[in-house]
Amino acid sequence: METRRKERLDRGIRVRTNGIYAISSLKEMMYLLAPRLALILGLLILPLLIPNPYWQRVVAIMSIFALLSLIFDFLAHYVGIVNLGGALFIGLGGYIAGILNSYFGLPLFVTIPVATIGGAAISTLLLLPCLPMRGIYFAIVSLMYPLLFAKIIEALNIFGGTDGIPGLTTFGNIWIDQYLIIAVLLLTLFALRRLVNEDFGLVLRGIKDNDQAVKASGISITRYKAQAVFIASAIGSFAGAYLTHLYGWVGISLFALDFSIFPIAATVLGGLGTLVGPVLGAFILIPLTETMRAFGTLRIVFYSIILVGFIVFKPEGLMKYFERKYYQFEHWREV
Amino acid sequence: MEILVYGTVNSIVFALIAIGFTLVYGISRLSNFAHGALYILTGYITWQFLNRLGLNYAVAIILALIITALLGAAMYRFLLIRVRGMPSSEIIASFAIGLAIMEALRWRGFVGQTYILPPFIEGTTEIAGVLIDWQRIIIVIGGLVVMIFLWLFTHYTKIGLALRAIAQDERAAMMLGIDSDLTAVIALALGSALAGVAAIAILPLGNITVETGYNVLIYAIAVCIIGGLGSWTGAIVAAFILGFAQILTVAYIAPQWQLVVVFLAIILTLILRPSGLFGKQKELEERV
Repeated sequence: METRRKERLDRGIRVRTNGIYAISSLKEMMYLLAPRLALILGLLILPLLIPNPYWQRVVAIMSIFALLSLIFDFLAHYVGIVNLGGALFIGLGGYIAGILNSYFGLPLFVTIPVATIGGAAISTLLLLPCLPMRGIYFAIVSLMYPLLFAKIIEALNIFGGTDGIPGLTTFGNIWIDQYLIIAVLLLTLFALRRLVNEDFGLVLRGIKDNDQAVKASGISITRYKAQAVFIASAIGSFAGAYLTHLYGWVGISLFALDFSIFPIAATVLGGLGTLVGPVLGAFILIPLTETMRAFGTLRIVFYSIILVGFIVFKPEGLMKYFERKYYQFEHWREV
Repeated sequence: MEILVYGTVNSIVFALIAIGFTLVYGISRLSNFAHGALYILTGYITWQFLNRLGLNYAVAIILALIITALLGAAMYRFLLIRVRGMPSSEIIASFAIGLAIMEALRWRGFVGQTYILPPFIEGTTEIAGVLIDWQRIIIVIGGLVVMIFLWLFTHYTKIGLALRAIAQDERAAMMLGIDSDLTAVIALALGSALAGVAAIAILPLGNITVETGYNVLIYAIAVCIIGGLGSWTGAIVAAFILGFAQILTVAYIAPQWQLVVVFLAIILTLILRPSGLFGKQKELEERV
């Protein structure tokens, strides 16, 4: 028989309503700001702390995956769309940027914005007919799209076929590389956090919880879903375009399963629905798998096991755990 | 004539691959995305028994099937049972299990030309003027036997009837004392064993590679989606549609288009008619 249980009490600063705080002193303001500042400053300082160009490249890749995890979480938890095909956004953005740069010779400050908007438009158009579908049906379609694109490019042998298009413009400077993607990541993170609490986000969450009720209120759910998908795919396409210019190369590996599965693992690890969690998850998983590079495909096994373990045994993820520790007192109490 | 014969063989291959997947989904509404991995794993275990332990081919096959079935049951009992009822978690969890199995096999160096299961009977024969090897004929016969066995099993045995009862109306079946979790365990064991049967019948046609696992999963999904998730007649009809579509693509367009056809078929079916040709899902469950 268990004779004690854990009692949890919210700290005084945290009013019971989620996200509203009663602040009365500088100390309490610092208490609220500390985690946010730690994240922002930590990310800004991170490139400076890493001496090795190889690991600086890893920081950039890590941020790309953090962006992808972020949009997976946004779509899955706030819109109710389980998108298993993050590679679609990466691939479309990457190929648009690559083609514009290679065939038309446009500089990268043109190709990246065009690829972001263009990739988002194409992805939204492709996913538009599937938006009314629920659960497993949408998941399967979204999983198939990137594989379809990879096969079409391979079969038609266009855009360099299986070899891809090499020799694209790169940023040329490792600092621009890193700070560009880190700035975008921070902006996206805080913008999305704000967005989901605005009216727009409220409607989206309504769609997730009870789409019939939202429909009955005279709101077009397809329109809202399409807008959400556009936002998400714009972010994903930007990441793709950035990745293309980071390597100076584009190929069908941009449509690979990695870009679809890894963000899911990161999100599940970090905590579904927290938005910060997926970023954290990506920042933990990528360096971990990077150190395991010597083991070859064993790292995929490793993150699959993490994924299964967390989704089955600890579905709340790390972030919710940390949040609880930070915002609540805990103590044991005799029963 | 060649197209007709090879199209039929190919269709039976599709039906064999998909039948395990559709069985599991039909009974317990669980999409087993580890299907392809179990398929390839059975091939691997059989190869190990055959070449490392030097067992008799038939013994090796039976042992491999039993191990795969137990693995499928264990997968449900220890992992998937906890996420049951959350479709996205089910998909992610089972897919991750499959990914772990397949990439572990790849890490063990399980790629390349060296891993070949021998055909049951060597040699070729002629049917209506078309040269065909015995293994393909065995696939056709095996496929028919599996289908007849399943039909008999689900219509005339107590376990089979319980499985169908759960598939038709879970609550009513539970009220009659049928354990939903137990039937799901049986369904997954059976589904995994069927993936194994498919693997053992089909793999002798070529090498065992990890990529096959991914393709098998895609084929299984394609057949089930086109036929309608959970519908068995639908799955068989869809297997024939896809089987012939693929052979026609190879014959008249080019071999590299065969996967494109499969992907397009999945996407178009889902967009135009998500319940598939024979789906019995209610419209509201799949669409808003």
